[in-house]
Amino acid sequence: MDEKQFLIEKVLASKADLKQRDVADFLALIRHDTVTQPVVYIGSGTCGKVAGADGTFKAVTRYLEEKNIKAEIIQVGCIGLCSYEPIVDIQLPGKARISFRNITHEVVEPLLDDIFNSEVPFEHILGQFNNTRHNRWDNVPIIDELPFFKFQYRVVLANCGISNPDSIADYIARGGYQTYLKCIRNYTGEKICTVVDQSGLRGRGGGGYLTGEKWMMAHNSVSDQKYLVCNAAESDPGAFMDRAVIEGDPHLLLEGIAIAAYAVGATKAYIYVMDEYSQAYFMLNQAISQLKEYGFLGYNIFDSGIDLKITLVKGPGAFVCGEETALINSIEGKRGMPRPKPPYPAIEGLFGKPTVINNVETLANIPFILRHGPLHFNEIGVHEARGTKVFAISGKAMITGLVEVPMGTKIKDIIFKIAGGVKDGKDFKAVQIGGPSGSCLPASQLDLQVGYESLWNEGAIIGSGGMIVMDEDTCMVDIAKFFMNFLQKESCGKCIPCREGTRRIHEILENITRRPTGESGFEVLERFKGIMQLADLSEVIRDTSLCGLGQTAPNPLLSAMKWFREEFEEHVFDRKCRAGVCKELRLFYIDVDNCIGCVACLRKCPSNAIVGQPRQPHFIIEEKCIGCGICFDVCKFVAVKLR
Amino acid sequence: MQASLDEIISRYKAGSREALLPLLQDIQTEYGYLNEEAILKVGQHIKLPSSKVYGIATFYDQFRFVPKGKFHIKVCRGTSCHMHGSSVILREVERVLNLKEGNTTRDGRFSLEAVSCMGACGSAPVMNVNGEFKTAISIQDISQIIDHYRSTI
Repeated sequence: MDEKQFLIEKVLASKADLKQRDVADFLALIRHDTVTQPVVYIGSGTCGKVAGADGTFKAVTRYLEEKNIKAEIIQVGCIGLCSYEPIVDIQLPGKARISFRNITHEVVEPLLDDIFNSEVPFEHILGQFNNTRHNRWDNVPIIDELPFFKFQYRVVLANCGISNPDSIADYIARGGYQTYLKCIRNYTGEKICTVVDQSGLRGRGGGGYLTGEKWMMAHNSVSDQKYLVCNAAESDPGAFMDRAVIEGDPHLLLEGIAIAAYAVGATKAYIYVMDEYSQAYFMLNQAISQLKEYGFLGYNIFDSGIDLKITLVKGPGAFVCGEETALINSIEGKRGMPRPKPPYPAIEGLFGKPTVINNVETLANIPFILRHGPLHFNEIGVHEARGTKVFAISGKAMITGLVEVPMGTKIKDIIFKIAGGVKDGKDFKAVQIGGPSGSCLPASQLDLQVGYESLWNEGAIIGSGGMIVMDEDTCMVDIAKFFMNFLQKESCGKCIPCREGTRRIHEILENITRRPTGESGFEVLERFKGIMQLADLSEVIRDTSLCGLGQTAPNPLLSAMKWFREEFEEHVFDRKCRAGVCKELRLFYIDVDNCIGCVACLRKCPSNAIVGQPRQPHFIIEEKCIGCGICFDVCKFVAVKLR
Repeated sequence: MQASLDEIISRYKAGSREALLPLLQDIQTEYGYLNEEAILKVGQHIKLPSSKVYGIATFYDQFRFVPKGKFHIKVCRGTSCHMHGSSVILREVERVLNLKEGNTTRDGRFSLEAVSCMGACGSAPVMNVNGEFKTAISIQDISQIIDHYRSTI
């Protein structure tokens, strides 16, 4: 009996006893828990590919061909350790799966040489997987016991980077789609809505609305057609958890979608994926065609009388389309501008029909809740926020990547215990949470627990879960300016306060960081007038905008002003940037005692601001200097100094 | 073989509004950009004024209205890359190519685009030339990278 037939006729039809030895063994074989030939896993998510996983793949293939070794190569998703990519795992028959980091194509050959001789090359070692079926390697740490994994609780990312995302059989062998079948066979839609409501799951896309309530609203509205939309329009810079889930475990998301569609009574589902996510789109497309093969899509699924069709939509790239009503407009072929609420999409959404819109991470939690029951999910996390949340850690953290922690974990623990603190031994300055319209929190706020209200009370948002670590070399004014520039560009233009206001804020911040020399009296006056108005302007934008983008747009500025006021005042009054990031505020001078007149800086200066003769000390003309800092970098005698 | 404009348009149902964006995306995938003819024809097919089609197309970041260069350079301007100095990198690329972001050089060799996040935050700052990633680049690397592509033509 082949794999597919076995899974459909025995496992999915619940005719096989999964605990029976031969069934369990067969499933272990499909899951690659036991292997008959060596298996090489290559982390080939987008982060892996950026780091060179394609080269690694080619090198491994060539090696196996040359040495005439029969082995299987599986391309897996991202396990969450983006800074260690490309990650290569190797599983020899009878031995535990062992994981190596930073395996670029040059180091493939020595690595495989060692491993096929049963030796462990320790310089690249990450750890080995815990598995009772296998013999462990000696002196190799268990991967779950590494600090990075030890403090995590993985629900959504459980199989990312471990299971084979190209294979639906692998997913079913891990217990996948059995929950969906249990739902359509035994539960009514209403029952599922209640279960999700009891679990306390709240939207993971930023809004934090109770998912069960939203479903119930759509379930109760009467219509001939209902829709389910999965929001995978992840366009926050610094957030990539949705992509990782889609690339690493696409069937988990699809099972969540199928259950949600059944619960609300939707027969058509849309997945709105960012255009940039070409690999995620490919994975979903492939996974959907596998679903069709197994009979999970189409009419009368598994003789239950239920229909489902899933359509993939490529989002043409607009940040505001993450807002649910804007996303609806975009699917309808209109400009992605938000609509006023109410009517809520659950009553009147896509094409005027009841529509439930959920984020990828929210939907990926659904199979877990229904498999283990709402109470189990309810036990994870804290009172106001149940379950786990995935955070994308980037910036100046020691380890960048994805971590999934129970709600209520302290921010401090995420940054210092899991991500290993700040890299290069620098001092921690701030962490930016919640994407462009989130907030920067200083070291004094790190005891905050992640959750919805706990962060809202401090003026921060959980957002989609980007967490950007900043060190002492980061200028907070510059960061605020960067986010305002982003929001100003991405504002859809519907509400004037958001469209014009964000632009004004950006202009005011530009003025603060403008070059101090040669400023006329009027310009100085304008600059100060702007600063005086910043707080009021922010309030107007927040109060008068329609959607979440506008309402939270002043957040990066307000939080930076609240926690880093000193730094703002330094920029405004002393015209100085302590981090040296605001280039125009940098004034250089040449220390005549140190300068030997080597003309290195003079030659490199792009604006001819340096004058002098060879073997004579040079001089910088401040009016001409643009503050680029090239002279500072090229000087070998520490003669160029910052004023 | 390039599919003709009419061929692509005929794949979609006439007068169907939700086909507009996928149709424009298909045309852009085939030709690399949207030209005047495409906008006019799509308008006729979807039964929408071409001004409106153009308005919607310009709303979204994905659509381009000038052809891409032979080498299309994308510089990531995400938060992580920004913190690692991507603004300086973008300026340096602009200086070396003598080209403003969003444009194509006159000889059609290079085009430059600043994108909001490529999701490679772990290897910042990142640049992408025709799908090939350059990670952890510094300002000194830029002219070398560009010279490399210049010499391959």
